Amino acid sequence: MRSLSRLELLMAFLLALALPGVALAEDGSSAAAPPLGHDYPEIAHQSWSFTPPFGTYDNAQLQRGFRVYKEVCSNCHSMRLLSYRNLGEPGGPEFSPKAVEVLAGQVQVTDGPNEKGEMFQRPARPSDRFRSPFANDQLARNANSGALPPDLSVIAKAREGGPDYIYALLTGYRQPPAGFEVAQGMHYNAAFSGHQVAMPPPLSDGVIAYTDGTKPTLDNYARDVSAYLMWAAEPKLEERHQTGARVMIFLIVFLVIMYLAKRTVWTRLHHRDATHAA
Amino acid sequence: MAHPSTYQPGSGFERWLDARLPVVRVMHDQFVVFPTPRNLNYWWTFGGILTFMLAVQIATGVVLAMHYVPTPEGAFDSVERIMRDVNWGWFLRYTHAVGASMFFLAVYIHTVRGLYYGSYKAPREVVWILGVLILLLMIATAFMGYSLVWGQMSFWAVTVITNLFSSLDAVIPGLGTKLVEWIWGGFSVGGPTLNRLYSLHYLFPFVIAGVVLLHIWALHIPGNNNPTGIDVKSAKDTVPFHPYYTIKDGFALVAFIVLFAAIVFYAPNLLGHPDNYVPANPLQTPPHIVPEWYFLPFYAILRAIPNKLLGVAALMTSISILFFVPWLDTSKVRSTSYRPIYKWFFWAFVLTCIALGYLGSQQPEGWYLIFGRVCTIYYFAFFLVVMPVTGLIERPRALPGSITESVLGPEESGEIEETKNTKETKATPPPAARKRKREEVL
Repeated sequence: MRSLSRLELLMAFLLALALPGVALAEDGSSAAAPPLGHDYPEIAHQSWSFTPPFGTYDNAQLQRGFRVYKEVCSNCHSMRLLSYRNLGEPGGPEFSPKAVEVLAGQVQVTDGPNEKGEMFQRPARPSDRFRSPFANDQLARNANSGALPPDLSVIAKAREGGPDYIYALLTGYRQPPAGFEVAQGMHYNAAFSGHQVAMPPPLSDGVIAYTDGTKPTLDNYARDVSAYLMWAAEPKLEERHQTGARVMIFLIVFLVIMYLAKRTVWTRLHHRDATHAA
Repeated sequence: MAHPSTYQPGSGFERWLDARLPVVRVMHDQFVVFPTPRNLNYWWTFGGILTFMLAVQIATGVVLAMHYVPTPEGAFDSVERIMRDVNWGWFLRYTHAVGASMFFLAVYIHTVRGLYYGSYKAPREVVWILGVLILLLMIATAFMGYSLVWGQMSFWAVTVITNLFSSLDAVIPGLGTKLVEWIWGGFSVGGPTLNRLYSLHYLFPFVIAGVVLLHIWALHIPGNNNPTGIDVKSAKDTVPFHPYYTIKDGFALVAFIVLFAAIVFYAPNLLGHPDNYVPANPLQTPPHIVPEWYFLPFYAILRAIPNKLLGVAALMTSISILFFVPWLDTSKVRSTSYRPIYKWFFWAFVLTCIALGYLGSQQPEGWYLIFGRVCTIYYFAFFLVVMPVTGLIERPRALPGSITESVLGPEESGEIEETKNTKETKATPPPAARKRKREEVL
């Protein structure tokens, strides 16, 4: 039955073709092309350390990204799904336990009620969620001329293009082209859908001090905070890639064994046919 | 197929049990020695793959349900909690979400295989009808499961789909609105809606499992169809299910899992929509509401029709028309491989379904709408015109004399070999002679 083994080879070949294709489809930027009828600018691909199949986060980059978030983004944007303890967990920025305590302790959170029935302020503990800059959405809108700064916990998965998009947005502020009307309180941005964004340019060269020798440029800030937001959205990515490698090796060996077993079993049938024919 | 039981209880306990509940006998007769056509190709392995996928979805789903909170306030955050704080939660959730896509990929291949080889034709009509019922239940289950994430796409998909029932207002004023409010459990999609979707999403997979049992039972009465579409004629045409098909299905299953695992571990959000990572907001409609990829062809059909009620009717008909396929097809032969005219229409139909999938992801305007309408017309014409008419006018190609002959060629198959057992018959005859022989056998 030559035709059968040809088909098997074909299947194996198709799989071999499909695998790198799937693996190359980058995590955050993997979604299909956006639907037509809307003005979605082209988002350039950036090179990231966490690209599948073997990518990992760059701890130092995530730590710098957290600094950018803490000093700039967190003034308007919440990250309500993250806790301070996450900053010390494996596969993330991996701050030391001491550093996590200090980072949490710098923030005052509301707790209570105490025995007297009163709410009180205390320094945050690692188990606390990130404190949100505004108590509710109305307050946030009120402070930002009507626009609501979105929560950033899963933003890297909630936008077409993922970290590439965030980087493009943060570096996409330009002078509007001639004839382009920018509405009151809006800013021209090459990466934003419709090119008018309420967020003023948040970063510029030198606004945050870096202590590890990385150049304090807008480009580096944008890159680092994009990587940090990708980690925040996908904190188990490293575990996933590492487990994936083991599972794939196991499965491929299993597949080969199954193929050989299958061939051995079906050869019996061919022998039976041959003896009958003789 | 119905065959005399060959089970021999090996021990005293087995004899005792066999007299009371012959479950071991049933397993032995139906899944070990079960006579299966020897020529099943790899398209026949998707039945086993689908059984595996149902088990995966139930197993991961039961654990996810232990951590999920079915309230509008808690749903989105509980899913993220699973991703972040539950042990192996990311693996369970991604497996379940990607699993739904893989389940549909397999079920579509399985259905197209059945269509191509005429597996719905007598005596397998009931197998086919139960299969279509499973497909319908899967569509309902997947839709409800997607809503549970309570992201923007979840919420607005529920809003759009449940609102389809309001089109019944055009039949009896007020009927549709009342029905929609009854489904919602209120005046808009909200907490009560989410709760009932959750309850039914947990219930339906077990209903599916029940219908799957009936599907397999109904299959085991006439036995498997096969790529030639001709009936099993002698014991030589079959092999025992075990080991021949356990090993072949097993190999195909592992190959399928390789693809499944590659997506789960390296591109888990490949098939999802970014908007579903935005929590549901009843006050803000997303610019484009699109369903999951496996519903896109049906969505394209819905939107191709300008009238809402008729659009909904077309959507319902596009799936339920499959129930009638055994009687719409008038062909005398089962397998499309032997149908020179129908073959072309069949592959055009498959391409149409793929095209509808693409068009469903685009805005219904301009050329997209025109192509959507052309494809919709062909989709229905395939069932209502092509199937009945080609069967009557087409002259099928010559069928092989038996399944064994189709595998080994006429010179080695039983009938010929018994009459002329000489060396020259084993030499391969020229193609023309071979063809003549086939016709003689017919």
